[in-house]
Amino acid sequence: MDTKKSMSVSARASDPQALSESSAGLLRELVAHLRQNRTQLREEWARRITRAELLTAMTEEEIFAEATAVYDNYVEALETGTFEALQAYSRRLSERIIPRGVETDEVVGIVLLLRDVLARSLFTKYQDNVEKLNRILDSYEPAANRIANTVAVGFVEERERIIRQQQEAIRELSTPVLQVRERLLILPIIGVIDPQRARQLTEQLLRAIRANRAKVVVIDVTGVAAMDSGVANHLVQTVEASRLLGATVIVTGLSPEIAQTLVTIGVDLSEMATVGDLQGGIEEAERLLADRAPPTTQVREIAPESQR
Amino acid sequence: MEVPILRQGQYLIASIQSALTDADLSHLREALVAQVGRSRCRGVIVDVTALDVMDSFAVRTLRDIAHMARLRGAETVIVGIQPDVAFAMVQLGLTLKGVATVLDLEEGLAFLNRRTEERTFETKPKKPSGRG
Repeated sequence: MDTKKSMSVSARASDPQALSESSAGLLRELVAHLRQNRTQLREEWARRITRAELLTAMTEEEIFAEATAVYDNYVEALETGTFEALQAYSRRLSERIIPRGVETDEVVGIVLLLRDVLARSLFTKYQDNVEKLNRILDSYEPAANRIANTVAVGFVEERERIIRQQQEAIRELSTPVLQVRERLLILPIIGVIDPQRARQLTEQLLRAIRANRAKVVVIDVTGVAAMDSGVANHLVQTVEASRLLGATVIVTGLSPEIAQTLVTIGVDLSEMATVGDLQGGIEEAERLLADRAPPTTQVREIAPESQR
Repeated sequence: MEVPILRQGQYLIASIQSALTDADLSHLREALVAQVGRSRCRGVIVDVTALDVMDSFAVRTLRDIAHMARLRGAETVIVGIQPDVAFAMVQLGLTLKGVATVLDLEEGLAFLNRRTEERTFETKPKKPSGRG
């Protein structure tokens, strides 16, 4: 069959006009065949989907309904040779089924199954006329491949779009700068810090310092699982930049693992004020704020003596 | 462009209004250090709110001003560094170590008030605490 196919391909190259006409005719014949046997082929396809245990997240009725829609779109794409409608449909389909946990391999699987079901029906129909079967397959296969591609790409694109959207949302959510009381800000950091996020954190913090006229900032890294030298240096930079804006930074919640890593890789954090936990950090910050208040003569002289 | 140096009580305020050349900066430094002694002032405020770029020379000059003024008996505080400028500075490693920086002019005045009061305390009643 392979040799025959390649023969007909070379024939097509020599006389494209005539062959494209005849292949259009073949496609019409093919589409007519698919329309005629719509119910039976559709059912066969849905059965094979269930048997292959694809789309397990959906009920049988749903599978059948989607199968009908995909089938009609498939035949239409074959007929018209345009894929816009199919593209739009596969995007909508992906929107519906991705939240239900349908995987990429399932979508590719069902489209390939449909391709297989249709091809088998063609084999049966033209089994007496091998010559014609070959020509039909020649016009069917490229179109079918393109359809499979279109659906799979549509699904993956939709998935990527969702991932991008979620990343954006996480990024926006992930940097809250909170004012606890006048002149005191808290920046709880949770999750992984990559260079981009670190930069964004710093920028937001500096702006917030300015907007809230903050004097002390507590950066809490309890929620940070790991820290490399790049991130640690960025933290040091953030502390220094905050100081340039007149704010003191206290870092709290460095986990034992991070403490060990930082000392082992030799990041110099000597300039940084660190306190064990967030509570201690806030207490320290309030002390600093009280110290900064305009001195009320004697009281201020006695207090440090007795307290320290 | 000349930077105006204003006198406010015990303090000198130099308010930079636009980007300065290196020569302007040197001139500012000389003028400030000279005036600190002449007017017996206790503090110097350099306001850089209007600067959206700070190169290494500017940072060094500001640091020099602070150190020189200290030798002449005045505390220096830099006020009004923009967030973006601050971030760029630390990335270039220009961190103004040993120089006080605060948010704006108001904070700068409060800072100097605190500093000068602390100093007057230090001279007298703090002596016993030094021993204990």
